[in-house]
Parts: sequence; C-alpha cells; structure tokens
Amino acid sequence: MIDIAVQTHDFDMAALYQKLSRRAAHGAVVTFTGLVREVAGGDLTHLSLEHYPGMTEQALQDIAEQAKARWPVGEIIIVHRVGTLALNEQIVFVGVSSAHRKQAFAAAEFLMDYLKTRAPFWKKEHTTTGERWVEAKKSDEAAASRWQQREVEP
Amino acid sequence: MKVLFFAMLRERLECAELQLEQTQPTTVAEVLERLKARSEKWQATLENQELLAAINQRFVDFDASVQHGDELAFFPPVTGG
Repeated sequence: MIDIAVQTHDFDMAALYQKLSRRAAHGAVVTFTGLVREVAGGDLTHLSLEHYPGMTEQALQDIAEQAKARWPVGEIIIVHRVGTLALNEQIVFVGVSSAHRKQAFAAAEFLMDYLKTRAPFWKKEHTTTGERWVEAKKSDEAAASRWQQREVEP
Repeated sequence: MKVLFFAMLRERLECAELQLEQTQPTTVAEVLERLKARSEKWQATLENQELLAAINQRFVDFDASVQHGDELAFFPPVTGG
C-alpha cells in the first residue's frame, strides 16, 4: 500500500508508525523524519515551503511506485508539509515496512533521495535579516543518480 | 495553453500563471523563447536561472512537444525534503 499526503498541518510519528507496523509478515519498519534546522549564521526564523499542487502528489506516488518495483516492501508512507514551518518543526516523513531490514533501509533512502530531487517543492528561508530561496544541492542530485547505476540491490 | 511559474521564478516574473495562444504544436524550448521576448525582465529572469519544465504535471525535456490545451510549468530545481 502507498499512502501519500501533502499537508500544512503537522503529523504524528506514532500514528504513522502504527500504520506501518500492522502486518504480521513485515519484520522491519524504517522511518525518516526531516526537521527544520538552523542555518549558517543562526538567524533563521522560519521556512516557507511552496509546491505544485497536483504534480507534487503525482511525483511522490511515482517515486513510491518505483521503490515498490525495486524492493519487496509492504507499506510506504510519505508525508510532506507545505506552508510556514518554524525552527525544529517536522517537514517530511518517509516510512517503509518490509519483511527484512535491508530492503526497508534501502527503499527509505531511495525515497528520500528521489523526493529531494524529483518532487516539486521549494524552500525559502526567512531570517532576521531577510529571505532567500534555498538552492538545490549538487550532492542531493549525486545521491539520487547513484541509484540509477546500482544493478545489484541489497 | 496555460503556463505556470513557481518559487523564485514566480516572484521575479511577478507572474504565477498566464495563457498563451498556441494553435500549432511547438516545443518547450520554443515557448521559452517566446516568453523571453516579452520584456527585458522576462529575458533576464529566464536566461539567468537553471530551469526545469513539466507538461501536464510530468517532468519533460526542453525538446518535448507541447500543444494547445496543455498545462506547461517552469520552475527552479526543487528543494524539498
């Protein structure tokens, strides 16, 4: 099952974990949570997150389906928040259940690498001195393209 | 066709959405050239920015064909997660 949500409100880790851990055949659950962190200079007041409604949900669904095609995983949950987010608030949740840990770890990492480079979200940092759009990182693109070269899966 | 702009692009162009008359099929690159010709601001913004494009909410290359009725979007590299 694939469960995708793009929302302004916060999410409950415990409730999402419950959903991931309800199948008897799945002995592994891997989750990742991304938070708003302080920037260099230490003057962040909040982030704003913009997205492309419609395309975002479709892109996340595609990414989850690709993960399912690569690894024998059970449940996939992706939650991504948009709008205004304060320092230390939760931004994104990715959770995967599987029979064994390796597939769950790999799928969760794949989902995050692809989400960061292939889903239409844009972050803007608001600081005490102004605002700036976050620039895409080469390291994120490199992390995502790694998966295209991997023939042997864990 | 409907053309959408997001994030830094939307702000710099001061435009989230516009309608373009397009009777013949064309390419994303050709639409971009048309948009650049609108004014100096459009030229400068669309030239000095790494851009991604989507047709009907799917990522496409700039040589992709686009036609009347499509939803075309331009935006900067994504920064979610």
